[in-house]
Amino acid sequence: MITSASSLLLSVAMAAAAGLVGSFAVMRRMTLASDAISHVALPGIGLALAFRVHPLIGGAAALLLGTFAIWGLERRTRISTETLIGVVFSTALAAGSLLASGEELIDALLGSPGDLTGWEVALGLVGALAVIGFVLGARNRLLLALVSPDIARTAGIDVRRLDLLYLLAFALTVALGLRYLGVLLMGSLIIIPAATARYLARSLAGMFAVAVAAAVLATVAGTWTAAHYHRPSGPVIVAIAAGLFFLGVLARRDS
Amino acid sequence: MGRPPITRPPSAGSCSPLSRPEPEGRDSLLRVRNALEVEHLSVAFGRARVLEDLTFSVPERSALAVIGPNGSGKTVLFRALIGAVPYRGSVRWAPGTRIGYVPQKLDLERDLPVTGFDFLRAKTAVARAPRAEVARALELVGLSPESAARPIGTLSGGQFQRLLLAFALVGRPTVLLFDEPTAGVDEPGEELLYATIRRLQEEEGLTMLLISHELSLVYRYASSVLCLGRGKPCFGAPREILSPERIAEIYGTPVKFHHHDHVG
Repeated sequence: MITSASSLLLSVAMAAAAGLVGSFAVMRRMTLASDAISHVALPGIGLALAFRVHPLIGGAAALLLGTFAIWGLERRTRISTETLIGVVFSTALAAGSLLASGEELIDALLGSPGDLTGWEVALGLVGALAVIGFVLGARNRLLLALVSPDIARTAGIDVRRLDLLYLLAFALTVALGLRYLGVLLMGSLIIIPAATARYLARSLAGMFAVAVAAAVLATVAGTWTAAHYHRPSGPVIVAIAAGLFFLGVLARRDS
Repeated sequence: MGRPPITRPPSAGSCSPLSRPEPEGRDSLLRVRNALEVEHLSVAFGRARVLEDLTFSVPERSALAVIGPNGSGKTVLFRALIGAVPYRGSVRWAPGTRIGYVPQKLDLERDLPVTGFDFLRAKTAVARAPRAEVARALELVGLSPESAARPIGTLSGGQFQRLLLAFALVGRPTVLLFDEPTAGVDEPGEELLYATIRRLQEEEGLTMLLISHELSLVYRYASSVLCLGRGKPCFGAPREILSPERIAEIYGTPVKFHHHDHVG
């Protein structure tokens, strides 16, 4: 069937974007911020449901706001940023839970297998390809900015702007994955495969390859399993990703 | 502290000329262009004034050493020069300046899956330099391709410093900024690194700005010295600045000049 083939394609593209964005997220030590960003989608989804708008539009709008908030906060010192992120974004999660309710809340939190319209698939593919294109195209600049923002500056890179673009790519990836994993677990699809890759790879190209492979495998296998057993898809995908991570830990110990 | 005492080589009297501004007009054909001119530079973080009213210049192809105790703002000065911290005053680089910056230490986790080559090639891509420059830079600093192919976390302190130096050299910089090049490097490695820097400066015609605690090396390699620290900042030729009295004033301790008296 055409729709299921294109849905599969979309989930693969979304997962590949998550693996790539995640590779830099784990190297940049923004694991906490990435969970926080995905949580902030919830009040947006809640508001969208209340006003009968497409939940993803509300989620994406909230993500955009959250991204600028994180970007602004990153200028501050490390400790105060982490505290602020912890406070502000847990509040967002609480407020979002109050706005949405019942089945909708569970779907928003954990993701649900389901059919997508042609438009959703097309937009999703465009978004995922944009993220993949950005990370691959900007990988050298992202790497220099990660190793040393000062060095990056002397190489003529506008580090602040690059940070913003990266965070926007991150937020877009979260928005793409909300359908599959929900706001609680989308951050994990970004972080866990990349963490696995960081553990196993010895070069940047190797890291990208492992992160993308682990994210795609977990998403495809997880979506299928969840649909088959009528479970929310997010926990199944993350459980598979986590399983791959522990396999990776064991594999490296053996070698 | 195990630091080598300041010794004055016999050639002390013939040290490079002081780069104090000459009266305009005279010898204008022979005058060296300045790679960097800094006027009334001040940096403050909130209420803490880190640098206050610095004025100095660095002629092309010369080497400026920045000395001073910890916390005197040496790294902040470099970061102001590259535009990474806000400042008051003026910082003027000569037109066409390309800066290679070697920071003192990197806030990096050691287990990143990034090789030296990943790192160097990223610079060629960003600087739009040919890939061949990677091999050339590695050769200049004496780092083997085998070492560059390893994840950066597995390199020794000296190898990592060389990698950073090679990185700074990719893209053919005209100025090198070097923040404590020998931190975390043992003493023979230190000499070697300075010799490399010295050779690069001569072969490549680079202007050097370096922060260092190794006063004896500063004495040998620098054409001018900028001191930060207690009291007023000072700027001049090494033989002028590196007198025992001045050192004691800058560092707030007479230990080094005491040392010097015995050796000298």
